[in-house]
Amino acid sequence: MNLTTSQHKRCDLIKVSGRLDNASATRLGDALNAIIEAGRFNIVLDMGGVEYISSAGLRVLIDAQKACKRWNRGEVVLANVPQPVREVLDLVGFTPLFRFFDDSTAAVGSF
Amino acid sequence: MPECDVPQALDEEPCKRLERAAVFPAQCESLAAIIAFVTEVAHQAGLSADAVQAVQLAVDEACMNIIEHAYRGTEGGNIECRCAIDSRGLVITLIDHGIPFELDKVPQPRLSVNLEERSERGLGVYIMCRLMDEVRHTFSPQSGNVLTMVKYREAPG
Repeated sequence: MNLTTSQHKRCDLIKVSGRLDNASATRLGDALNAIIEAGRFNIVLDMGGVEYISSAGLRVLIDAQKACKRWNRGEVVLANVPQPVREVLDLVGFTPLFRFFDDSTAAVGSF
Repeated sequence: MPECDVPQALDEEPCKRLERAAVFPAQCESLAAIIAFVTEVAHQAGLSADAVQAVQLAVDEACMNIIEHAYRGTEGGNIECRCAIDSRGLVITLIDHGIPFELDKVPQPRLSVNLEERSERGLGVYIMCRLMDEVRHTFSPQSGNVLTMVKYREAPG
């Protein structure tokens, strides 16, 4: 899995690609936690290149959303989510828990 | 490997049976190899691209459960993976000799509660059971945990 992070004026952007399985979910979790522990709670997760997400990846997403939304301090939004990933998110009832954007530019601009 | 033709009706395709088996160390590093193993047979079974992806995810979840729960993350255990193709499609059997597993006792994740009330226990098993067409589990001291999952081949449209 490839992962890049960048900090914008009002949010952080994480771009991930590849397979979000158990091993790579840990790396994504570390990246999300680093941003949250730095006191920044608006995060765009661009999933354009994600081929596959397992329950480990789903747990990382939900844990980050819980942390960011706590006390209304921010949120994680998802951008460019491929259809197979969207279907897994629908399957486990995650869709209502996130805002979705077609691309990261729109997602970043929403903050 | 065994391959046999079953007598078929005149308007049915031959029912072939292919079995492959391999044993992998029960550790996260084996997942890529296990998934590659089942993917190859999934293609041979004539599964659609979506079905192959479903199989990959279900097997990933099942193996992670074995690694994390059956063997509690300890080293030395194995996962035996058997793949068979029959008239339904792809049959995957995963066998481990770890702690007895009770499929019925895995909690269902609560999907419709609000964010703070969400608990992700049982998510992997839930995904596995939703993505595969049949899921069965047995345990015996002699055979260990035997998890059988079937993914149907889609009927021609």
